[in-house]
Amino acid sequence: MGILSKKDAALILDPLADNNPITIQVLGICSALAITAELEASIVMAVSVLFVMGMGNVVISLMRNIIPSKIRIIVQLVVVATLVIVVDQVLKAFAYELSKTLSVFVGLIITNCIIMGRFEAFALANGPKRSFLDGIGNAAGYGFILVVIGFFRELLGSGTLLGIKVLGDPIEKTGLYAFGYENNGFMLLSPMALIVVGIIIWVQRSRNPALIEEN
Amino acid sequence: MAINTDKNTYTIAFAAVMVVIVGALLAFLASALSAKISENERLEKQQNILYAMGVNENEGSGSVSFIGTDKVAEAFNTYIKDQLVLEGDKVTSNDAAYLIDLKKEESNAKAGKTRRLPVFVGEKDNKEFYIIPMRGKGLWDAIWGFVAVDKNMIVQGVYFDHKGETPGLGANIKQRYFMDDFIGESILNNGNYVGISVAKGNNDPANELKTDNEVDALAGATITGDGVSAMIKQSISLYKPFLQTIASN
Repeated sequence: MGILSKKDAALILDPLADNNPITIQVLGICSALAITAELEASIVMAVSVLFVMGMGNVVISLMRNIIPSKIRIIVQLVVVATLVIVVDQVLKAFAYELSKTLSVFVGLIITNCIIMGRFEAFALANGPKRSFLDGIGNAAGYGFILVVIGFFRELLGSGTLLGIKVLGDPIEKTGLYAFGYENNGFMLLSPMALIVVGIIIWVQRSRNPALIEEN
Repeated sequence: MAINTDKNTYTIAFAAVMVVIVGALLAFLASALSAKISENERLEKQQNILYAMGVNENEGSGSVSFIGTDKVAEAFNTYIKDQLVLEGDKVTSNDAAYLIDLKKEESNAKAGKTRRLPVFVGEKDNKEFYIIPMRGKGLWDAIWGFVAVDKNMIVQGVYFDHKGETPGLGANIKQRYFMDDFIGESILNNGNYVGISVAKGNNDPANELKTDNEVDALAGATITGDGVSAMIKQSISLYKPFLQTIASN
């Protein structure tokens, strides 16, 4: 017997595959395009979103019975923004190097539509534990796709992974480059992220035809 | 007892309480951490200045590594012989010159006041370095850095940083393979202070030619690269009188 009931486990596992926020719900595309040119940036973004979403979902869930419905979106925004700023300030004070890597993402996290979407769709109607699992699950589903896209874009675009030259040196012409291989600079531009997302969606839906929407 | 959360008075009260709580939390956090944060920023500036003059812990051709935060204050005292502030024709020594906010000085200059220009004189292995801070615009936001030249106006090292350039493209200006290309380039061309431009020509990708005042650009980062060129050019023209006195000595 696991720690989580079947229903709770589904909250984490579903968004990883058949209910993925990026490939199925098509949310959070903007940040997926913007920051996936490098694997490291993708990982940092994935971890940040994981934290903000887990915490945010719990906070919203705890307040769900007292939030006035007229201003609930504003309340959600305030919660996300506060969490992000708290994280940013604490990192600046205690992990300065990391906070410099993160600086670009702070704004992007606040505007991430997956976060608002899960607050609205889940945390407002469910208890803190289930909301926490839902937040973690969706952030992991988002992060997983981000890392996959980041992996291919950095590998094919720069010939590196996490900054390490895995395909040889393009200037010294070693490794693969000795055989005339060239980096595809187009991979570094945002349109290619969209195409990679498209390929993932294609693969996923042809493996599981139930996911294909009817016209 | 259920609360009627739809009432206007409740909504307003909720909003007011929320704002007070959040505001207090953030204000408390900001004031509790500000000392620590500004200390971090101070050390980072020292690290960057030392990095430009070659005092760093780089190994091989790997990534950028600064001198450790525990050693930086001492190293800064050892290597930086003098910190000068240029105000018009006046040159004064000032131990806190590295804390001068370039952005503020720039707006002062726009407002018609005299601009304070900091410059750092470093010494390592009996060689003198003149380190000039720079500030400019990239694609999305500010870029800044330091350039260290010797008295022949040959670049001995640079450091660039940015606020929000695109990861994988413009953000690579702070990668070693880009910054190291500047070493050995001259900012002079036939006696004119022309700076160094980031060139897209691709006629010297390995950057072997050190007399062309050009380094190879980063693919996909044209605007950031142009920003770097403009930043160097602008800073050098600001410091030109100072550089000329050094060069003539």
